[in-house]
Amino acid sequence: MTPTRKRRLYAVLAIAVGVSGAVALALTALNDNMLFFFSPAEVHAGEVPSGSNFRLGGMVLDGSVSRTPGDLKVRFVLTDYNKSVPVEFEGILPDLFREGQGIIAQGALSTGASGEQVFIASEVLAKHDETYMPPEVADALKKAEEAKEAAGDS
Amino acid sequence: MIPELGQFALILALAMAVIQGTLPIFGAQMGKTTWMNVARPAAFGQATFVTIALAVLTYAFVTQDFSVVYVAQNSNLLLPIPYRVSAVWGAHEGSLLLWVWILAVWTVAVALFSRSQPDGFIARVIGVMGWISVGFLLFTLLTSNPFLRHVPALPDGNDLNPLLQDPGLIIHPPMLYTGYVGFSVAFAFAIAALLEGRVDSRWVRWSRPWTNVAWAFLTIGIALGSWWAYYELGWGGWWFWDPVENASFMPWLAGTALIHSQAVTDKRGAFKSWTILLAISAFSLSLLGTFLVRSGVLTSVHAFASDPERGMFILGFLFVLCGGALLLYAIRAPGIATGGQFSTVSRETALLTNNLFMAGSAAMVLVGTLYPLIAEAAGWGKISVGPPYFGLMFFILMAPIILLMPYGPFTRWRSDNAGRLVRDSLPLLAVSVVAGVAPWIVWQDLSIRGVLGLAGGIWVMAMTIKYLLHVNRSAKSRWLGMPRLSRAALGMLLAHLGVGVFLIGVTMVETRGIEKDVAMKPGESFEANGYDFQFLGVNRVDGPNYQADQGVFSVSRGGDVIAELRPEKRGYSRGGQIMTEAAIDPGLTRDLYVSLGEPLDETGSWAVRVYFKPFIRWIWLGALMMMAGGMLAASDQRYFREAAAARKARAAAQGDGEPAAQGDEAPAAA
Repeated sequence: MTPTRKRRLYAVLAIAVGVSGAVALALTALNDNMLFFFSPAEVHAGEVPSGSNFRLGGMVLDGSVSRTPGDLKVRFVLTDYNKSVPVEFEGILPDLFREGQGIIAQGALSTGASGEQVFIASEVLAKHDETYMPPEVADALKKAEEAKEAAGDS
Repeated sequence: MIPELGQFALILALAMAVIQGTLPIFGAQMGKTTWMNVARPAAFGQATFVTIALAVLTYAFVTQDFSVVYVAQNSNLLLPIPYRVSAVWGAHEGSLLLWVWILAVWTVAVALFSRSQPDGFIARVIGVMGWISVGFLLFTLLTSNPFLRHVPALPDGNDLNPLLQDPGLIIHPPMLYTGYVGFSVAFAFAIAALLEGRVDSRWVRWSRPWTNVAWAFLTIGIALGSWWAYYELGWGGWWFWDPVENASFMPWLAGTALIHSQAVTDKRGAFKSWTILLAISAFSLSLLGTFLVRSGVLTSVHAFASDPERGMFILGFLFVLCGGALLLYAIRAPGIATGGQFSTVSRETALLTNNLFMAGSAAMVLVGTLYPLIAEAAGWGKISVGPPYFGLMFFILMAPIILLMPYGPFTRWRSDNAGRLVRDSLPLLAVSVVAGVAPWIVWQDLSIRGVLGLAGGIWVMAMTIKYLLHVNRSAKSRWLGMPRLSRAALGMLLAHLGVGVFLIGVTMVETRGIEKDVAMKPGESFEANGYDFQFLGVNRVDGPNYQADQGVFSVSRGGDVIAELRPEKRGYSRGGQIMTEAAIDPGLTRDLYVSLGEPLDETGSWAVRVYFKPFIRWIWLGALMMMAGGMLAASDQRYFREAAAARKARAAAQGDGEPAAQGDEAPAAA
């Protein structure tokens, strides 16, 4: 092998080792930091591995938000209008958090005082845009509005 | 009638773009000068019509024409004039129009400032940009027409998302888009070189200033977005590794690699293929970013109402453009000559290392951003990738860059002595280690990342300043005490200095910042890092289109009142959206940040966020320096001199010869 070729071989080898190292590292880091998303129904079906952190998504049940006076603890219920999961959170809720809004909470399950499952949220996420909604709901609302406008104009 | 004019102008612009994309390229391939000469007029024509369309939409917003659906959705009678203008790009349709308009402006700029370059080459460049324009104009007209009517007109509009009613958001999207779209110039230059079959370092030399300007705009665009998120979202963070942020960050990383690889190809003729690939990737990642933002395929805090059909169009366009470019590259690549030789220790190697880590970081962000999509498609469940992944990976990939970066300017082209480089840097290395370890001893609880971050920041800044002084000493003449460095070299140093400043800012905020959510009654105080935040109560105030609860906080230190902060909780009259408006007392070494949560009970106590953010301004200051560095480098006299020389040579050869070999005077550094 000529010296140039030899040097190139080393360079290619070094790059190959570097790239595979980086990929291995990235995959390990990914596995450690992945968060699964579950719906209240999946939580009730026991699909969540115990003790794991995950994201729980659903609508905030009307009338379910309650606070303890004097501190930042807040409780509410997330529902998919079939099954629901009580959630506890300590901190400031996002501006777009409100009853009847779809939100995502991040945290883990724990067992409450009366033995039921409670989701302890470390973070609560809501969208930037209040008009954002699951497409089906948006569609239905649009149709209702069009019908109303048509009635108003005639 | 007027909105229809806008629509009509867009259709004419599309026709012009088709001409711009076809005739000049065919003309160049077949050697027909008359066809090639269509390029510039077609570009000007297209730009004129897109400008008319944008003006019409702006007019519709300013005059509150609620018969236009897009206006009705994003404005209302109470909206102040400046936000009516910025509402033009406040949502999907208009922001696309802005995208197309900025592309047209870039094309016109290329057409105007490329008179020194061969007609055939420029015809191809403008032609390729024409095709990009065709794609986006079709997209606008077919899936996201901003001029759709609602008959009869609505009495009042909805509202511009209150989050967007902010000065930062007036300029953030145009800056960001100018950066995104600017990479299309480097892309078009690369494709034109491939089409021509003459892949040498000329195209790189010509495209360098364009890439630098695009990169500078992208840098400031991202920084503005970060700054806006910091004060407007009320959570006081400056970066969240959100998919939409990643979407803008990936082209930035690829672009950073590109400007460094272009330097090697320009100066030494090496890495030609790699530079072309990077030019293609930087723009493809810009398009991917647009796809991610506009399709809503990823759950993001930025997920404004979006539409999968639109996403499919961009994805298709991305495949055609990126696939076509790579195919062309595959055909031409075997013919690309390899460049100059260099040894293991040389500036070429230093820049190659930069490229590997930058490209690696871009790939890492790409994997983390797209992994949830792949996982869902593969049926592994709905997944999101958390910030710890990005934080860890970025730390690992950036640490070598920070360590090696300062050596770059000191290293000679072709071959250098590693022993000399390391020996010369030892004193400053020692200083940097002390700068990292000393705070750890003083503060006790500084994390390892904190120590390394501070040491790294000082290291980069100290070595960059040392380089400036070193050149100063060896330079023969000085100007105002400044070394005789080319603007390109000064720009590079300024940008590197910016990296150091940025790093200090990030490290201080992440390791020494204080974030507390507290429940406060009027009269109560909260102490953070020696600052005493006293909550005085909440008043009711009215804005032009909102009512707000305004909290009053008096901040004092050692008994002296230093600031009065008035954060607001706004309720917008139309739509009733609630918005947090944080109050910040900014400073070079610390920001004091207060935002209101919500009222907790009848006694007037509120949930309050109290933040102490040390050195956070340095993050944006660093970005500003990087931007200024990019602009400075792009304005290097060399490009003008070479352009003038080439023009002269062309004039001497009666206007149709190739430009004479360009004199390559080497500036002191670069």
